[in-house]
Amino acid sequence: MNRSRTGLAAAILLAIPVLAAGPIVIQNATILTITKGTFKGSVLMRDGKIVEVGEKILVPADAKVIDASGQYLMPGIIDCHSHAAADSINESSVSVSSMVAIEDVLNPEDIAIYRAVAGGVTTANILHGSANSIGGKCSVIKMRWGKSAGEMIFKDAKPGIKFALGENPKRRGNIAAPNGAVPLRYPATRMGVEDVIREAFTEAQRYHSQWKAYAAQVAKGESPLPPRRDLKLEPLMEVLEGKRLVHAHCYRADEILMLLRVAEEFHFRIKTLQHVLEGYKVAKEIQQHGAGASTFSDWWAYKVEAFDATPYNAAIMVRKGVLVSINSDSDELMRHLNTEAAKTQKYGGLTDDEALSLITINPAKQLDIDKKVGSIEAGKDADLALFDKHPLSNFAKVQKVFIDGEIYFDRDADLAARPEREATKKTLLERQKQQRKQSPARKPL
Amino acid sequence: MKSLALILLASLPLAAGVDDSFLLRGVTVHTVSGQDIPNGSILVRDGKIIGVGAKLSAPKGIRIIEGKSMHVYPGMIDSGSEVGMIEIDSVKETTDLAELGDFNPQLRTLVAVNPSSEHIPVTRANGITAVMNLPRGGMISGQGSLMHLDGWTWEEMEILRSGAMHINFPVLTPPPSRSGDSRNVPFAEAKKDYEAKLRTLHEFFEQCRRYQKAKAAALPGFQTDLKYEAMLPVLERKLPALITAVRERTVHDAVEFAAQEHIRIILADVREPGKMLPDLKAKGIPVVLGKTLELPLNDDDPYDAPSSLPAQFYQAGVKFAFASFSASFSRNLPYQAANAVAFGLPYTEALKAVTLNAAEIWGVGDKMGSIDEGKWADLMITDGDPLEAKTQIKHLFIKGKPVDLENRHRQLYEKYLNRP
Repeated sequence: MNRSRTGLAAAILLAIPVLAAGPIVIQNATILTITKGTFKGSVLMRDGKIVEVGEKILVPADAKVIDASGQYLMPGIIDCHSHAAADSINESSVSVSSMVAIEDVLNPEDIAIYRAVAGGVTTANILHGSANSIGGKCSVIKMRWGKSAGEMIFKDAKPGIKFALGENPKRRGNIAAPNGAVPLRYPATRMGVEDVIREAFTEAQRYHSQWKAYAAQVAKGESPLPPRRDLKLEPLMEVLEGKRLVHAHCYRADEILMLLRVAEEFHFRIKTLQHVLEGYKVAKEIQQHGAGASTFSDWWAYKVEAFDATPYNAAIMVRKGVLVSINSDSDELMRHLNTEAAKTQKYGGLTDDEALSLITINPAKQLDIDKKVGSIEAGKDADLALFDKHPLSNFAKVQKVFIDGEIYFDRDADLAARPEREATKKTLLERQKQQRKQSPARKPL
Repeated sequence: MKSLALILLASLPLAAGVDDSFLLRGVTVHTVSGQDIPNGSILVRDGKIIGVGAKLSAPKGIRIIEGKSMHVYPGMIDSGSEVGMIEIDSVKETTDLAELGDFNPQLRTLVAVNPSSEHIPVTRANGITAVMNLPRGGMISGQGSLMHLDGWTWEEMEILRSGAMHINFPVLTPPPSRSGDSRNVPFAEAKKDYEAKLRTLHEFFEQCRRYQKAKAAALPGFQTDLKYEAMLPVLERKLPALITAVRERTVHDAVEFAAQEHIRIILADVREPGKMLPDLKAKGIPVVLGKTLELPLNDDDPYDAPSSLPAQFYQAGVKFAFASFSASFSRNLPYQAANAVAFGLPYTEALKAVTLNAAEIWGVGDKMGSIDEGKWADLMITDGDPLEAKTQIKHLFIKGKPVDLENRHRQLYEKYLNRP
C-alpha cells in the first residue's frame, strides 16, 4: 500500500466529526434484532450499550432522536475473515509462523476500514495469511475509524490463530524462486501439511507439560527455574488450553476431515473452518466436531480446490446443523456482506433471519463475542447499521453506522463533506507541488 | 379446445424434440422496450416472438404454456465476458484468453469457447442468455464474439462471430496497485513509453490502410495478410473497436485516436470519465461499464464511486451496458446493475443496461434485448425481480427453446444435501 496516498485519504476523511456518545434513540425503524424477531420500534443507546429495544420506549430528555421511518436497523455486520487494516499479511518464510501477530501491523489509516463501515461492518476478524500450515496470530477489531490501532482492538475477544491447508501452504514446497534464490519449503503435499501440524502440536504438548511441571513445583513451594520461553509454541499451548481460537483456511473435504481428526488427537477444537468450500461434503463431521464454518457466498473456479464449490454450501451446512457465517476475505466484498448473505436465499432458500444470522450472530458466536455483539438486545454493544431498504435487498444502502453508540458513518455527512474534502485535497496537492519545486527531486529508493 | 396441449410451466418438458413454438400466457410481461403488461401473453413461432399483448388468441394447434403469476423478462446480456474461455483461473491449461504479441486482430474468440464448460449452465441459470466474449492480452487482443449460452457447438452458440475489435488502449499512468509494490516510474519515462506505444498503434493502423489500398488497387504481388485483413471492417467502420480505457486521460486519448483514425468505437471499463462525459454524449460513443461492486480506483475517491458511476453516465445521456469481464462472476451481472440503482440509476435504465442497451450497442437490437415482435424468444421466467438476489429463475428460453437450468452447483447441492 502506498503510504503517502493512504495518509492523504486519512487526513481528508478524518475531518468527519464523530458524534459525542450521548444517549441516542432511533425511532420508527423496522428493527431486525436477529435473535428476538423483527418489528417496528425504537432502540435507545447510552454509554456505548443498547439500553432498551421495543415497539414503544420512553425517550429520555437528554437523548438525541433519529427518525428512521421507512428504514431498517440491523446489528452491525461482523466479518469473520478479513485482512483490512493489516499492513502485512503473510510471514511465509517458515512452515509454522505462530510467533508473529497481526496486532503488531494494524494500520488504523487503511481506507478499507472506512469503506467497510460504510458497508455496515462494525467488527472484523483480521487474519494472518494462508502461506503456512500454522500461520500467525489474529486480531478481532472494531472498525473504529479515526482511532489508534490499539483502540481498534475488540477488548475481551479471545485471541485467534490462523491455520491453512491445501494449495496455499503447499505452494512454497512446489514452486522455487528463480535461480534457487529462495529454497523450497516443506511441505509440498497435503500429507506434509498434516505432518507440520502434528509435529508442531507434539512440540507444544511437550512445552505445555514443562510449564505444568513448573507450576506444580511452584505450588509445592519450590523455586525451580522456569522453562525457556518459546514464542512459537506459546500460542499453540494456548490452543491446547482452549485460550486461543483456531481459524483454519481450508477447501477440500479430505483436508477438512484431516484437520478435525488432528485437533481431536490433541484434544482441542477447531473454532472455525475458513473458506471451507467443500464443507457441504463433510457437514456431518464438521457439526459433530463442533467447528463453525465461515465461507464465501458464491466464489468458485479460481483454483483447482475451488472447483467443487457451490453457492449452496452455506445453506447445506446450515441445514446440517453447522454454525455458518459468510465472510469477505476482501476489502471489496466486505462492503456488501448483506447482499452476499442474500444469495443464500437464492441458493438454498434460507429465511431472512437465517440469512442475516450469517453476518451477525453466527460470526459473533464463531469469535466468542456473541455476549457483546451480533444482535440487537439490551445490554449488548450499541453496534448498529441503518439501511434505507431491507438489507437483503440489492437496492439497499447503508445510511448510518454506530459503534459503541457513536456514529462512525453517516451517508448524509459523507456527501455533505465531499466539496470540502475536494478542496482540502487540492490544497494539499498544491502544497506538495510547491515543495517539489523548492527542493530538488529525490531519487527513488 | 381439444386440439390445444395445455402444459403447466412446472412440468415443462425439457427433453430434446420440443418445438420452439408456443403461446405463453398469464404472465407479467416486462418488455423493457415499453410498458409492462400484467396478465399478458407472448406468442412464439419458430423461436421468434410474433406477438406480445394483453389478449392474444391461440392459433390452432399451438402449445399453450400457463405461466400464472410469474414474470417474463428478456434474457440478460453480459457485454464483456469470458464464459467458456476460462475454466479454472489458476490452471493455465484451462484458459484461452490472451495470446502472445501486441497486435492480434485476426484472433476470433468464438473458436476457443468450450460449449461443455461448467460455466455456461452456471451462468445461464441466473438468467443470462447471451455474452459478448472478449479476448484480453496485447494492444489489439482480437475479435469479441456475441454468443448465446446454449448450443452443442460454438457454431450453434454464435450470434455475431465478430462483434467488436478489442483494443487495450495504452496507459500513461496505470491504476494504483493494491499489492503494495510501488511502480514509481518517473513521469517523463512513463510518458516516453506511452507515446511510443501510441505511435506503434497509429503505425499499425497506417499499415492496415496501405494494405487496404493495395488490395483495392489489386497491386501486383499483393498478398493476403490475416492481421491486416481482419482490420478492414474496422477501417470501413463496419466493425466497432471496443477500446478499454479506464481513466479520464486514456478516455480522452482514445476518443482522439478514434477521430484521427476515423473508426467507430465503443469504450470499455471506463471508471473515471471526468470531463469526458459531454464529449461521449456529443459523439454518440456508447460505453460498456464494468463492475459497480468494485473498490474505488483511488484511496481518496468517494467510497461509493463505482456504485454511483452508472448514474453519472445516465445523467450525461451516454448509452451504456454492463459487463462482468469475467467467467465465474458473469452470473452476478444483474446484481451489478442493482447496485447502481441503489446509488441513483433509475431502475428501468439498469434493466436496459443488461438487456436492450447491450443488444443495441452490439448492433443486434432488432434481434434481441427486449420482448418485441420479430425478436428471438430469449426469455427468462422468474418469480420476481431478477435484479434481486432472492429471485429464482424458473425457466429459460433461448431462441424459443427451453434451456436446462441444471448445473454443476445445483447437482452438488442435491447430491450432498441428501448425503445420509
